Amino acid sequence: MNNTSRQHDSQHRPNLVTLLQSYFIRHIQVFFYSLGQLSRTPVSTLMTCMVIGIALALPTGLYTLLKNAQQLSGDWESTAQISVFLKKNITASQAKNLKQDIQHWPDVLSVDYISREQALKEFQELSGFGNALKALNSNPLPSVLIIKPRLSHTNEQATQKLLNKLVNLKQTDKAQLDMQWVRRLYAIMNIVERGVLILGLLLALAVLLVVGNTIRLAIQNRRKEIVVMKLIGGTDAFIRRPFLYTGFWYGLFGGIIAWLLVSFTLLSISSPIEKLTTLYQNQFELNNMSFLTTLALLGLSILLGLFGSWFAVGRHLREIEPQ
Amino acid sequence: MIRFVNASKRYSSGFDALQNVNFHMAPGEMAFLTGHSGAGKSSLLKLIALLERSSRGQVIVNNQNLTKVPRRRIPYFRRNIGIIFQDHQLLFDRTVFDNVALPLIIAGYSRHDIAKRVRAALDKVGLLGKEKKYPITLSGGEQQRVGIARAVVNKPPLILADEPTGNLDPELSAEIMGLFQDFSDVGVTVLVATHDIALISQLPYRTLTLKDGKLINDTQSAS
Repeated sequence: MNNTSRQHDSQHRPNLVTLLQSYFIRHIQVFFYSLGQLSRTPVSTLMTCMVIGIALALPTGLYTLLKNAQQLSGDWESTAQISVFLKKNITASQAKNLKQDIQHWPDVLSVDYISREQALKEFQELSGFGNALKALNSNPLPSVLIIKPRLSHTNEQATQKLLNKLVNLKQTDKAQLDMQWVRRLYAIMNIVERGVLILGLLLALAVLLVVGNTIRLAIQNRRKEIVVMKLIGGTDAFIRRPFLYTGFWYGLFGGIIAWLLVSFTLLSISSPIEKLTTLYQNQFELNNMSFLTTLALLGLSILLGLFGSWFAVGRHLREIEPQ
Repeated sequence: MIRFVNASKRYSSGFDALQNVNFHMAPGEMAFLTGHSGAGKSSLLKLIALLERSSRGQVIVNNQNLTKVPRRRIPYFRRNIGIIFQDHQLLFDRTVFDNVALPLIIAGYSRHDIAKRVRAALDKVGLLGKEKKYPITLSGGEQQRVGIARAVVNKPPLILADEPTGNLDPELSAEIMGLFQDFSDVGVTVLVATHDIALISQLPYRTLTLKDGKLINDTQSAS
């Protein structure tokens, strides 16, 4: 190349500002171009997105149900209470004094006093052993203080401390925390949570493979175009870009479908669940996915789409070289 | 512009496509590359365009030693070469305009520049007014000219053409050669591989002849 044509040439090469500008314009163009490409084959696009959507809806739905269950059990736990059985020689007035004392403890929300007579009456009504009790000469039941701690369930140590304090009172015969079953429920939910996590990971992997395979086919279909691009100086990044955006769209639409599936499923089971909770004398409203969970679902789904296509493009783009 | 120093190409099958090829083309020079099919014309062009690398020897293009161009720099290297193919290599799902604009889009030109340059290139090959057509609706000669417009649209200093007139009748072939002459006149180096001896003999240009991978003849034209 001689000097004049070199100068002539450099004058017409795009400068840095133009390059940056056209870089962003290119991104926006490819963003919509890849969407247009997908809309040309609506049925196969929809099928791919449905597969992604269903795969993501399963763990998302289970996760949302789990969150609801945890919230419900959290409510139950806030009703956790300590039953203090007083020694038999404690009189009613002594018990009431003790009740006054405990009520002033900082970590106690409220104290209820159940006298021996009340306890007997309740027991007779509820247990069906009424006649057996009548056969006894004296009331075998102790008086009880029901104590609601002011502490949240997150502070198990503090609850334990309160329990110890109550056990060590000289009036106390026995004190117990009525929370064992909530703990067991938590243990079960931890297992379920782990299961949902593993299921989610497996299905995320499935989404990666689905997107990867779809993009691989797209690459095969556009082999000629890729060859031409490489011949006229298209960089790998340039050639990769439309496929990555295609992966992005698959992820986004798959995520939206998953959200719709979960929302409709929750909507359809919310009234039977309400009926069920009414039977347990419990007010409970099934919550849909929170805004953050929705955002996380869509973000994750988009990431899976991007990574899936990234892997496919990385594997197959190098194989296509002009001959 | 192009310098081959003892360049050889042996394929993994053991076939020697090129053996000890030596020649030099100055900037702005135009030359024909000829020989029977299988003589190594395509292999030689592939070495210049870095579609393949030489097994031995040096190939220097545009002051770059091609053995030292890493893989990721190849796209940028190719932007300085306009390549024209016998089968055009056009994209049939895009308009003539979009086909010709492709190298400019890849290089990151602004929309305004792209429109201006594409029209200039199409004007040069006599296809102005057909921007919105699809290549499939054009004749073979017109498709080849779209290919040429795409090759020259970003004003590369070097043009390679592989059998550009292979499917065209003599009259159209002469027209295409006329275009190459015009590019050469404005300082572009042009190397045309062809086995159309009749056409070459009418034109006053240097001719490189390959046989069985060896450069057997390098005739400087009289002019």
